[in-house]
Amino acid sequence: MARSARIQGQVIWAMILREIITRYGRHNIGFLWLFVEPMLFTLGVAALWSIAGLHHGSDLPIIAFALTGYSTVLLWRNMPSRCVNALAPNSALMYHRNVRVIDIFASRIALEAIGASISFVVLSVIFISLELTPPPEDILTVAEAWALTAWFGAALGMLLGAWSERSELVEKLWHPAAYLLFPLSGAAFLVDALPREFADAVLWLPMVHCTEMLREGYFGSKIVAHYSAAYLATCNMVLTLFALAMERRVSREFVPE
Amino acid sequence: MIELRDVRKTYHARSGRVDVLKGINLRVNKGDKVGIVGRNGAGKSTLIRLIGGIEQPTSGTIHRTMQISWPLAFTGAFHGALTGMDNIRFICRIYGKQYEEVIDFVEDFSQLGRFLNEPVKIYSSGMRARLAFAISLMIDFDCYLIDEVVAVGDARFQQRSHEELFEARRDRAIILVSHDASYMGLHCDRAAVLDNGRLLEFGTVDQAVDYHAHQMAA
Repeated sequence: MARSARIQGQVIWAMILREIITRYGRHNIGFLWLFVEPMLFTLGVAALWSIAGLHHGSDLPIIAFALTGYSTVLLWRNMPSRCVNALAPNSALMYHRNVRVIDIFASRIALEAIGASISFVVLSVIFISLELTPPPEDILTVAEAWALTAWFGAALGMLLGAWSERSELVEKLWHPAAYLLFPLSGAAFLVDALPREFADAVLWLPMVHCTEMLREGYFGSKIVAHYSAAYLATCNMVLTLFALAMERRVSREFVPE
Repeated sequence: MIELRDVRKTYHARSGRVDVLKGINLRVNKGDKVGIVGRNGAGKSTLIRLIGGIEQPTSGTIHRTMQISWPLAFTGAFHGALTGMDNIRFICRIYGKQYEEVIDFVEDFSQLGRFLNEPVKIYSSGMRARLAFAISLMIDFDCYLIDEVVAVGDARFQQRSHEELFEARRDRAIILVSHDASYMGLHCDRAAVLDNGRLLEFGTVDQAVDYHAHQMAA
């Protein structure tokens, strides 16, 4: 058991390094792109929303709103995007018996989680020191919300990644779904500002709970957040179960070239 | 030790179900040299891939206590955008091997010189095969899988490959799949014929090769 865990750790670490070199190369800023890229996304959105003067139903600084909202989206959305169709380009790695299907997903998920997290922390520090946003009121809740969101993204990523191996529809449908889920994810609104029926409907989406919970931790005294950590955790658990079942099935059937 | 128990493999092709292996039993002990013959499409490569863990059986169990190689001189597992050196480092990390310990051997054996620092995608197929062979030997496998005769590089390279594989590593197990009866006779202690999804074991290589030849003639 301990030996297996060590080997799997080695393999995932090796694949993370390989992914960093193949994705970002050794040119210009190299692996720094890992978090500079999500930072640019978040900065861009923050700038756009500031200029457009987005109305979000509270007197919060728009920067704080964009930082919490968009960082959360990046965290859960990038993992599935990197996991869908991840097996085929890496199929030759299956010739190394230590490498399993789950390692391919795990390394990509870990890399996205690291990138999004560094981006979120660095931007937070910058914005706080420039006094564009107040410091988080409750770091523990922020961390919990971040961890639950990462778990959600990881489970969804593995499920869709494995499923995409069985059906081409997954890739085709994931792109529009990811696009459409962004405005519904709570990144650009506070649930409290929505009409009652719409708020109730949108709270079925786990990612809305991610965003609301993160905002509760960041500036909870200034807003009324609507979320349930238990609901989010339950969704994650169910997704994880399906993801592992699908991964198992795919790894039994997978035929590398 | 490697032990296959009632191993079956079924593929679902567009034209329907294909039962490639229909209950294979095989035991390979430390240092055994086993040859496997069979006509085209008999499932030899599938069997090698299952033993190597590249694919999973549909049913049955494969128990391994030995570290098993990938099919020798297999070049597909390289990443073209990475240099030869990066690929070596990657494979070292996967197998928990210290890079510094093996690099001299790989440099010397692969004869790639400064090309080791170039991306693999610019390599010729011969250069790739030499690198692949060197990497296969740099990890200490207990059992080497050989799918078809390893004919890579010039006579000198082949001589060295032979020395490294069959002389310096004579205590390792080998599972060899080939059409070449004389090559198999030279390197194997026992052999089996893969026929119609089943494996028939013979005490000597000659018996297996005779049976196979007989079948091919029929």
